[in-house]
Amino acid sequence: MCGCRPEVNSPAYNGPVLDPRDRGGPHQPLLIARDLRKHFPVKGSGGRSVKAVDGVSFSVRKGETLGVVGESGCGKSTLARLLLHLVVPDAGELVFDGDRVDTPELPIRALRRQVQIVFQDSYSSLNPRMPVRDSVAFGPFVQGKKRQRARDIACEMLGKVGLDPDLFGPRYPHELSGGQKQRVNIARALATEPRMVILDEPVSALDKSVEAQVLNLLRALKRQFNLTYLFISHDLNVVRYLSDRILVMYLGRAVEIGAIDAVFERPLHPYTRALLASQPSMDPARRIEEAPISGDPPNPIDPPPGCRFHTRCRFAEAPCQRTDPALGVWEGPQSHVAACHMHDTASGHTLAHG
Amino acid sequence: MTDFFVIPAKAGIQSSKPPTAALDPRFLGCGDVSEQQTEPGFEDQALPATRVRGYWQSVFYRLRHDPVTLVFAAIVLLIVLAAVFAPLLAPFDPYKESIVGRLKPFGWRDHPLGTDELGRDMLSRLLFGGRVSLLMGVVPVLIASLIGGLLGVLAGFVGGRTNTAVMRAMDVFYAFPSVLLAVAIAGAMGGGMANGMLALTLVFIPPMCRVAETATTQVRALDFIEAARASGAKTMTIIRYHVLGNVLGPVFIYASSLVSVSILLASGLSFLGLGVRPPLPDWGLMLSTLRQSIYVVPLVCALPGLAIFITSICCNLVSDGLRAAMDVRM
Amino acid sequence: MAEPPVKGGAALAEVSGLNVRFVTREATVHAVNGVSFRVQPGEVLCILGESGSGKTVTLRALMRLLPPRRTQITGNVRVDGQDVLAMPPRALRDLRGGLVAMIFQEPMTALDPVYTVGRQIGETVRRHTGCDRRKARARALELLELVRVPSAARRLDAYPHELSGGLRQRAMIAMALSCSPRLLLADEPTTALDATVQVQVLVLLRRLQRELGMGMIFVTHDLGVAAEIADRVAVMYAGRIVESGPVARILKAPAHPYTAGLLASTVHGQPRERDIDAIPGSPPDLRRLPPGCSFAPRCPRRTAECRRAMPEPRSPEPGHMAACFAVTGAAGVWS
Repeated sequence: MCGCRPEVNSPAYNGPVLDPRDRGGPHQPLLIARDLRKHFPVKGSGGRSVKAVDGVSFSVRKGETLGVVGESGCGKSTLARLLLHLVVPDAGELVFDGDRVDTPELPIRALRRQVQIVFQDSYSSLNPRMPVRDSVAFGPFVQGKKRQRARDIACEMLGKVGLDPDLFGPRYPHELSGGQKQRVNIARALATEPRMVILDEPVSALDKSVEAQVLNLLRALKRQFNLTYLFISHDLNVVRYLSDRILVMYLGRAVEIGAIDAVFERPLHPYTRALLASQPSMDPARRIEEAPISGDPPNPIDPPPGCRFHTRCRFAEAPCQRTDPALGVWEGPQSHVAACHMHDTASGHTLAHG
Repeated sequence: MTDFFVIPAKAGIQSSKPPTAALDPRFLGCGDVSEQQTEPGFEDQALPATRVRGYWQSVFYRLRHDPVTLVFAAIVLLIVLAAVFAPLLAPFDPYKESIVGRLKPFGWRDHPLGTDELGRDMLSRLLFGGRVSLLMGVVPVLIASLIGGLLGVLAGFVGGRTNTAVMRAMDVFYAFPSVLLAVAIAGAMGGGMANGMLALTLVFIPPMCRVAETATTQVRALDFIEAARASGAKTMTIIRYHVLGNVLGPVFIYASSLVSVSILLASGLSFLGLGVRPPLPDWGLMLSTLRQSIYVVPLVCALPGLAIFITSICCNLVSDGLRAAMDVRM
Repeated sequence: MAEPPVKGGAALAEVSGLNVRFVTREATVHAVNGVSFRVQPGEVLCILGESGSGKTVTLRALMRLLPPRRTQITGNVRVDGQDVLAMPPRALRDLRGGLVAMIFQEPMTALDPVYTVGRQIGETVRRHTGCDRRKARARALELLELVRVPSAARRLDAYPHELSGGLRQRAMIAMALSCSPRLLLADEPTTALDATVQVQVLVLLRRLQRELGMGMIFVTHDLGVAAEIADRVAVMYAGRIVESGPVARILKAPAHPYTAGLLASTVHGQPRERDIDAIPGSPPDLRRLPPGCSFAPRCPRRTAECRRAMPEPRSPEPGHMAACFAVTGAAGVWS
């Protein structure tokens, strides 16, 4: 049809196109996160802390887009910053292409050459006193390129995201629209030729018509530069469109992970089910008559004991209040697991089945 | 009327297709990539129609349309020029004394502003005194901005314990009223112009530090700093390229408002005998020595005070105008 | 879906030829340009548009909540027969909160942080009915229960920062309903909420609107939200209404190219192999609108005529209006 590679989940897929910097081979996940933990102490409350990320493990395969969804307080933005060590994890480890991060084999500076991030708020992500071209050139400049070469790279990148470098290069951020600023952010992230880009809600603050343009751009750039994406969003529709696999987070934990269609069509975790049922249908004849879940997402300062979701779960029983369910072993690309006692035969939950 | 939607300046734009054809196929849902004439997502982008000014251009625009500030800035400029060209403008030698011509009123024998208690020409002494007073007004602020500014930026950016240590040290100095502090330091070091300037510099460092630290803390929370860190930049690089440009504004405004205070304080120190030493002309010193003669020629004796007043208030008003102009919200 | 209200009766809110301009020394922003619509009692009208379309300004003009010095408003705004633009300040204060109430997007900034929720609701009640403190508190409790706040009695004495986002939004709705308004204005009240909380608030608003028989004008940029709550939809672009009609019609078979483009570019189940049909370009600068149709620069169906003249509203079928030269139908006025 269009001559591009088969999609990652389809049977025709036989591995990613390898980057010259590749070290681990096509079947080594590009990024593995094991048991990442980050607690922010709350001042003056005697030792309590906001458990922003509390033991999250997942992996990202080469060439795929992993979508991360969750509501406020789930920790997805903190997770994005943990992956780049912009926030230092309290515990857990990161493995990038087979090398452990923050070791002599792969110091943080080297990681930041290969992984970049695009933030949500396009306004505050650009220095208001710097022309756009210099903002984009800053990355290559810092990584050792000469000033003029960095400028040339910046102009090339601006062209690649659809902005005329002569027209837009000398402009300041306040002269650009929201969509254009976000394109500049993407250009900045790509200027250092990363292999993986973390997109932290890149289209949430944009108008719908501009959002579509930027999504198309992201797809095209992924093909062109052979990138791997970690796409964080609260908008399930956008995640479904863009991602190959999805990770659902709740209160600092990963509650479900699996291939995108499997999770959307047969959600295992009650929270995922509620989240999917809360999406408006766009059909006035099929309105949601009753909210699938009540209450607000609780505060990550005092998560409930046992399963974090049991206070809002329709299926909660005694084991749910006692023990925290584990996510289940992730076996391969097609596996679909959820952290729920109903899917664990040994849990004692009445609905658990083998 | 400019047809603003058509992309101006076609040179170098990455697609060379006619405009109308570009929009149709994509919109009508032709999803096949190969048929499209540009890559999807790479639509021609247009800048907003109205020409938006850069930051400094906006500042100048506002200043140009602010008559009050312009008038006072002109006065300050005149004073500065008068002080700079004092040797050319002064009719007499400011140090030449005359026993006969003491405390004479305006216009006596070619002395347009009279003479002081030692017979020296007032106009000449005012002009030369302006040099000293302006110097003692501007130099301490300049040095304090540099030192205090850098300290504040470092404390604000690094945060944590360093921040606490630096800011609490500044608070110690803050506890003293500035006048008393200046007097104490100048007195402890003995008088003299250099010591007076040093005292004033030390007095101004804490407030400059605080302003810089606040501005830096605000900037540090913004996403583009994190993006810079994510590119792998070191702390000093980030400060140099990203923080300083944004912090310069508030620091400059505050420094400009300190100049008027500095002139007043410097004159005060000289008045108390802790600043410039005679026979060097200085407005504060002149006020002090003319004090006893106020019932003889009151107008002449008030002149140095008037000079201090005018200079200080004009600097103050100019700095207000600058603050209003630079507070441009984009 | 509820029965659409009977047409032809006296309209609850009627806006005709509304123009709003913000004048500053540097530029004049033409925020709203000739907007006309009508809302019947008990009907929910959704004003749909992106940022810069003028939807929020239109809403605020209904209560004259715009900055007085910079704003120039012309046109006609009538609520329950009263002319809002010509009202003296005292009558306006009675209107706000009494006949017409408004709920905002950001509950944290709309509620005063130094007073408890119960006190703030009570204050509104007392301002409009003049009753004593105890009665006001009882009414506040009744309202909190009406909006389904759990443990309402305890929440009366809570400060806004002690409540979660969803509860704060419910408290704001309770405050808006305190004097039984006949018209409720909602300015993107669910945009800042999580999906699971948004659906709760939408279900609540729909239920309250039906039970209390209020008319509602709901401003949003989200087509899904419009589908959930509206009876009729008016789509705005660059300060003008470009299409209006029943919600099912607008979402299934839109007549105006902008609405069609908005639908096509909203991500909702498109196949992954194809690109999304995005509307090219960006929304226009309201300081310098092009002559003719404001959407023409981005429109796939534009002709030379579109850039010369403003299209008047045409009606492809009764109750459905679109302002586009490409739409065939009887010429009509906005209803």
